Amino acid sequence: MLFQTAAAVAGGAAPHPLSGTAADWVWALPLLPLLGFVLNGALAIFGSAKAGPADPSAGSHDGPDAAHGVPGGNGQDDGAHADAAHAVPSQRHPYAWLVSVIGPLVVIAAFALACMICVAMIAAQPTTPFIQRYFSWMPVGDLSIDAAFQLDQLSMVIVLVITGVGALIHIFSVGYMRDDPGYPRYFSYLNLFVFFMLVLVLGANLPVTFVGWEGVGLCSYLLIGFWFSDRANADAGKKAFIANRVGDFGFMIAMFLLFANIGTLQYTEIAAAAPAALPAGGALVTTVCLFLLLGCTGKSAQIPLYVWLPDAMAGPTPVSALIHAATMVTAGVYLVVRTSMLFSIAPAASLTVCVIGAVTALFAATIGLKQWDIKKVLAYSTISQLGFMFVAVGAGAYVAGIFHLVTHAFFKALLFLGAGSVIYAMHAAYHETHSHEDAQDMRNMGGLRTAMPVTWILMWIATLAIAGVPLFAGFFSKDEILGTVFARAQGSALSDASWLGIPGGALLYGVYGICLVAAFLTAVYMTRLMLYTFHGPNRTGDAEHSLLREAPAVMTLPLVVLGVLSAAGGFLNDPSFLPIAPADMLGRWLEPVVGPATQQITRGGPAEADPRLSAILATVASVVALAGILVALLRLKPAALRPAREPQPAESKVESLLSHKYYVDEAYDRAIVTPTVVFSRNILWRGVDGLIDGLVNLTALISRWLGDSGSAAQTGETGTYAWALVLGVVIVLGTVALRI
Amino acid sequence: MLADALFFSAVLFAIGVVGVLTRRNAIIIFMSVELMLNAVNLTFVAFAQVYGYAGQVFVVFVMTVAAAEAAVGLAIIISIFRHRHTVNLTDINLLKG
Repeated sequence: MLFQTAAAVAGGAAPHPLSGTAADWVWALPLLPLLGFVLNGALAIFGSAKAGPADPSAGSHDGPDAAHGVPGGNGQDDGAHADAAHAVPSQRHPYAWLVSVIGPLVVIAAFALACMICVAMIAAQPTTPFIQRYFSWMPVGDLSIDAAFQLDQLSMVIVLVITGVGALIHIFSVGYMRDDPGYPRYFSYLNLFVFFMLVLVLGANLPVTFVGWEGVGLCSYLLIGFWFSDRANADAGKKAFIANRVGDFGFMIAMFLLFANIGTLQYTEIAAAAPAALPAGGALVTTVCLFLLLGCTGKSAQIPLYVWLPDAMAGPTPVSALIHAATMVTAGVYLVVRTSMLFSIAPAASLTVCVIGAVTALFAATIGLKQWDIKKVLAYSTISQLGFMFVAVGAGAYVAGIFHLVTHAFFKALLFLGAGSVIYAMHAAYHETHSHEDAQDMRNMGGLRTAMPVTWILMWIATLAIAGVPLFAGFFSKDEILGTVFARAQGSALSDASWLGIPGGALLYGVYGICLVAAFLTAVYMTRLMLYTFHGPNRTGDAEHSLLREAPAVMTLPLVVLGVLSAAGGFLNDPSFLPIAPADMLGRWLEPVVGPATQQITRGGPAEADPRLSAILATVASVVALAGILVALLRLKPAALRPAREPQPAESKVESLLSHKYYVDEAYDRAIVTPTVVFSRNILWRGVDGLIDGLVNLTALISRWLGDSGSAAQTGETGTYAWALVLGVVIVLGTVALRI
Repeated sequence: MLADALFFSAVLFAIGVVGVLTRRNAIIIFMSVELMLNAVNLTFVAFAQVYGYAGQVFVVFVMTVAAAEAAVGLAIIISIFRHRHTVNLTDINLLKG
């Protein structure tokens, strides 16, 4: 055994059931992607010295034989903008072939290892987390933080999602980023992201999780601004970073509070100490949870910190799929579940999570209705779905939240990669004709189903899944969220608590209603996306139409795998009223981790609604989803759309409000950004800086004056010195004499 | 007797000080310094009459040091004169700050 496990440290206790199995290799999980990062990073540095700068701006647009450059990716402005920035000659990196092997391989290897560990875990059925301690990281006084990983059923599920979906997206990227001059840099960042994400999930205490938390934020920043020579992309990266910093502040305050009051930051110890040290429902635990929630809203793009996620679409599309849809943005949901022992004894904080989730779900869904950029629609859809997950974990439906996290990773990754494949085709076509149209604007698409049938079918599967059409993955998870929220409203610790004076029960019924509306809108905007992209007449342009074709197999194969998962992923947690698969697998799997917290919320009652009620609620949800799709099919007319280059019909006031995203960015600009800039310019820069600079300059002036006068005393003339000496002697003797 | 000797040496010392302060020629200043040293010697000897021979021992030391100092000092003055053709101290102010 390479490292001591917690059980071994404890001495007399029996060894953990997982020790001696594949789980001993848990340390290798993050190290594999880290190795990939190091190798690819070395190739990026080493190769660029030979092949010239990797900076895309360094390439020039030379001649028609230069094949398409970087496909799409610019979520900001018009196509001309995007093309000018990304049009680079097809200059494959000299070590691209090696990077194509290393990049995906390390993640596939990590996935294989994760599968082996999962098999061991299924066999061992551990009831306590398997903790592997490596070294004492921060032994400072009472604070003792170990670098340690914790493997339990919860982290296992997420690790499988990260490495599994991550591996597929890595493979997709091999095709998508093929001609990018920064190819090794891209893969080294992507590998680094997987490393940090695994650290986040596997961390056995809050600080280790925080390292991963910050690390994924860094990688997100690096990848959003991957094409940094375009100002808008670099700004989008900064926006994401700053919005996340606000959240991280909350995370840190929560950690400080926990340490000050419990004296430990390790999850198992918090769980053991919390009930005694923190009075249930008290102000302290509520404060801790609210600060944690602030951190989660930053990372998981919830109101009020969601604004960075739509802008994050400036990064390459596979990045949007991996980081900004499937994994990183769900870290907030993961953290709430990981600290569920705290949230479950703070009903007010849990209800806040619920309300924020519900409002975000509805809010983002309405914005998604009027976006034209295909990636923006998916971005708002992601925010909305994350809202659903927040509703679930807020209502103490931790299993449902993780379940939706998993299925969402499947279908949203599929949607993003499908969109990537569409953008790839559009970009290639526009590049061939030297057009500067926007390759991401749905008004320029239409009728793509004939050109890209595989993508079309798979995207429909994902759409049906996210809309919640029965038997697709999203149906099961979304239905479980809605059902559990309804059950919690009927009777639980939450329904008896109150939130800002509103009784919890009524609030949860309201949340349920909002979620139903959001689910309806989800079906509408997703159907709209499909109609405008794949159906109706083609609006790409006469010359370009014949150039549209399906992406290569390296890109479509990951899509097919994700398609299968999106269709069948729901059977992971089959509800008991639908006897198709073994019932409630995920729920039973997660029971050792979230069981106590769920019991706390339900006061020992059943975790979910009873089967009859569940069946009724599921029917309602299905009807809502189907109604959404039907409404979209009947009301939207793809044939009436005009390409983005032509004048658009006037928008109504509501439409304009939605297409401008409720002017939230503008409001934030006015309320926060502009005052901050004005304040720092005028008060901090000119005022405080001026004052401090003045003080510093003043001390310099004083010393110079002192020096000057001191040096003036050095006349160099012996006579002066002699006079000074005699005068000094006279003064000394005089004072002595007078004193006597 | 002691008072007379002390008064005499004080006068000699004051003459020496005035010489050092007012003259510009390095040689004269040097001689004034010697005058001050000898005034002090006189004081030592005078006190030795009252308090024992320690004062006389000091005088021997002072004369030895004064001789060494005179040798070094004169050598420096000669060296300066060779370079600058003057021993006027107001013209020698290289150490001006």
